[in-house]
Amino acid sequence: MTVVTDTVTDTDVVSRSVSRNRLVLRRFLSQRLAVAGVVVVLLLIALAYLGPIFYPWKYDQLDFQAFQSPPSPAHWFGTYQTGGDVFARTLRGLQKSLVIGLLGALFSTALAAAAGAFAGYFRGATDTVVRVVTDLMLVLPGFLIIAIFSSALRDGSWLLFIVLLAGFQWMITARVVRGLTQSLREREFVQAARFMGVPGWKIILRHILPNMASLLIIDATVGVSSIILAEVGLSFFGFGVQPPDVSLGTLIADGAGAALTNWWQFDFVAGVLVLLVLAVNLVGDGLRDALDPNSEIEGAK
Amino acid sequence: MVAPVPAPGPAGSRESDGVEPLLRVEDLSVTFRSGAGPVTAVRGISYDVRPGEVLGIVGESGSGKSVSSLAVMGLLPGTATITGSATFQGRQLLGLGDKQISRIRGSRLAMVFQDPLSALTPVYTVGDQIAETIRVHQGLRRDAARERAIELLDLVGIPNPRQRSKSFPHEFSGGMRQRVMIAMAIANDPALIIADEPTTALDVTIQAQILEVLQTAREVTGAAIIMITHDLGVIAGFADRMMVMYAGRVVESGVVETVYQQPRMPYTMGLLGSIPRLDAGERQALTPIEGVPPSMVSLPVGCPFAPRCPMRIDSCEQTEPALLGVVSDDAGHLAACHRSEEIARDGLTNTDVFVATTVPEAPPAARLPREQRPVVLEVRDLVKEYPLTTGGLLRRKAGSLQAVAGVSFDIREGETLGLVGESGCGKTTTIMEILELAKPTSGTIAVLGKDTAAMSGKERFAIRRDLQVVFQDPMASLDPRLPVSDILAEPMITHGVPAAERDRRIRDLLRLVGLRPEHADRYPAKFSGGQRQRIGIARALALEPKVLVLDEPVSALDVSIQAGVINLLDRLKAELGLSYLFVAHDLSVVRHIADRVAVMYLGRIVEIGTADQVFENPTHPYTQALLSAIPLPDPVKERSRRRILLTGDLPSAANPPSGCRFRTRCSTFAHQLDDDRRRRCLDESPELTGAETTGEDHEVACHYPAPAAVI
Repeated sequence: MTVVTDTVTDTDVVSRSVSRNRLVLRRFLSQRLAVAGVVVVLLLIALAYLGPIFYPWKYDQLDFQAFQSPPSPAHWFGTYQTGGDVFARTLRGLQKSLVIGLLGALFSTALAAAAGAFAGYFRGATDTVVRVVTDLMLVLPGFLIIAIFSSALRDGSWLLFIVLLAGFQWMITARVVRGLTQSLREREFVQAARFMGVPGWKIILRHILPNMASLLIIDATVGVSSIILAEVGLSFFGFGVQPPDVSLGTLIADGAGAALTNWWQFDFVAGVLVLLVLAVNLVGDGLRDALDPNSEIEGAK
Repeated sequence: MVAPVPAPGPAGSRESDGVEPLLRVEDLSVTFRSGAGPVTAVRGISYDVRPGEVLGIVGESGSGKSVSSLAVMGLLPGTATITGSATFQGRQLLGLGDKQISRIRGSRLAMVFQDPLSALTPVYTVGDQIAETIRVHQGLRRDAARERAIELLDLVGIPNPRQRSKSFPHEFSGGMRQRVMIAMAIANDPALIIADEPTTALDVTIQAQILEVLQTAREVTGAAIIMITHDLGVIAGFADRMMVMYAGRVVESGVVETVYQQPRMPYTMGLLGSIPRLDAGERQALTPIEGVPPSMVSLPVGCPFAPRCPMRIDSCEQTEPALLGVVSDDAGHLAACHRSEEIARDGLTNTDVFVATTVPEAPPAARLPREQRPVVLEVRDLVKEYPLTTGGLLRRKAGSLQAVAGVSFDIREGETLGLVGESGCGKTTTIMEILELAKPTSGTIAVLGKDTAAMSGKERFAIRRDLQVVFQDPMASLDPRLPVSDILAEPMITHGVPAAERDRRIRDLLRLVGLRPEHADRYPAKFSGGQRQRIGIARALALEPKVLVLDEPVSALDVSIQAGVINLLDRLKAELGLSYLFVAHDLSVVRHIADRVAVMYLGRIVEIGTADQVFENPTHPYTQALLSAIPLPDPVKERSRRRILLTGDLPSAANPPSGCRFRTRCSTFAHQLDDDRRRRCLDESPELTGAETTGEDHEVACHYPAPAAVI
């Protein structure tokens, strides 16, 4: 850490400093698996959005020349019984799963941050209400409730589905945020702001949430993979994304029956899902180690 | 209990007596790896410790004083590279395996740490923990070891040792735990005890007790002690010889009296000149050392102190001076300075070397007699109660804890009131109540004549402009994620200062507190502790308040930095006509800065009056004990003082003693009163009264006040 001299002369020699952000970046980059995770995630995103532009087949196009054909140069991942292209549909499903995962994680982390921070900062009645709601949400079986709701939103948008998924994800993080807020609330810079007359919501936005940014970043990253998995699970049973829309979950459900006979209809989609979730988790673990000053990272010293 | 300060021990010089040293450290260096490059925390230090002597090691944080001892004890992590040699009783310690050094450590070589809570295992009773060290090293049987542990607890002054040996560490107070640590350290009759800041975490009255216990431990075992501390007062009273460390090196060493009276290295001189002294009065000119200690990652060639040294010459920046004997002084007096001979020849003192800032003239308002100045803050019979509850889910009120039990004082314009007392006395609760501007449990708080209980939300918001706060910990009081300009702008944005005005004001504020306007773009992490405290002060001044609450504003800073901040506060008060409520446990600082002083004990003010009256003529037995417990940074004076030792710890505020709250620890009550007169202390709580004091503005809450000079 650099220290500036106290004198008013213009000779303060600032020795080479390592700012926190650069230190975190360096620690992150020193973990090969995490970097590999980032590369894989970026490649998958690029594939999902750029792939369809260059690939000759569209996801809703049927090839009447090739029913149920194995992978070939014309159909990279083979085709379905109806002549649909597996690769094109996988990309389409990947798009949907990525959007659901990213938006869902963002929404759930934001909800957790808001609920936890307000409960921890304002205490009293706010705290009691938030605590009761969190505990209630924790004991409700999320999967079943979303399944019941999904029949109601069969023709609704998938955005509502994201809200539902995130709505059952935020509770544990909210508790952690509440605890952290309670300790930050007693920190002197927060007290100083309070004694200046800064209103509570402003203190939360300006001082409390930015100071737990690392927790929130990690939570959002890890949240991506769990939301994707939840979506896949629900869609597999027909409760999530509804046809004609496809997601990785509906594709896996479609291919599951043919997994042993027409392996390409199942294995590729499942492989992409595993790769995506694994890569996101590696990024999350890497971030956690890089942001946590107590973790030992070989080679980072 | 009244005990004389121990007489100075054998103060021999380094070569004279030919006694084989107990510990000889030669050319010890310690290097750590870090993200920014290798950090050499200790750079080639050598010293001897002879049997039975006390060696004091002083230095600021980061000077390498603790690391050097940890290296000798073999307690550094494996990532540290240690070179050099450390011979203890003829045996090389460095490079020993963990098993071999464990046999020496804890038996012949013992250590007392700063934080006694983390040094004791919470799941075993203290008796068992002491017995364990005895069994491991002496092979005694279980019951014999337990008996010995009880003897040791008795020796270090734990009441009811047999019963208390079955208690767990959390059932002891901080001072009591430190006694247990000392008992454990002397359990195996060590030849050397290394005490690393053993009293830093403790209150002054407890510090005095612990130093007394260490002295007893030394007499009983005949062990030598290495005393590591940043407190020059502790060294003055306790050590025979001392070393001053700076940037990983010893810069001056010698017999304590010589070093204090004839320092020959500018850093030592500056250090001695920068501490406010209890015996010096309020007009003492402090000499701050400019700048901050160098970063240990990339030390420049030459003397590491040169950038801060007012006496530097060209050769200081080219070669680092060796630690050499100082001509015309004691043989054992060494200093590492190119110009130490000049200093010795011309007999330079710290005021010759450093620029002493004169205490600025009081503003016109403060020169009026006190009665004619307006009251800016008035606190009447303030009570703050916390409910005590039992049960987890359904809480029941089981009683209440009075953290503040009826406190009254007022502050007039341009005046500084020092609020002093030990931790747990309620001073922090008092200022938090004032700063909250809420209605207290009972009593009134009035800021600039407005009662907080009767204020509307709007008025409360408006009054916050005039009442600002500076916190203790400069690391925690600034949001690490905001640049300085945003930190300083926050109060102004909140109170609607227009943007153009804000930018100008930020530059002015930075200049006012001795920083540069360019600093506005930097983040708090780029500043040193002293500079951050200046930023904290600038933020408090942003709205041009009338009253500043200062919560221990200098106690987290290193000594050489403290003086600069104190001088700044002095100057600001004079220039801006501020009134301060200055809360501190360090009475020397309060002596320097305060016009009036209030001494708190267990939620009550026991003595209040002008600083001169309270310090020179303390009348309450608690004030007397508090003042006498503070070590003076002057070996001659310190060793000739009589110390009033308080017994025991602060009682719990949940269950305060009947009558006078201080009577359980009062030496007057214990030794000088007969039973008839004691009855009054037991039954009746004394009120603050000026009836029996000599000064005009001086009140004391004691049934049998007896003024006594203790400094």
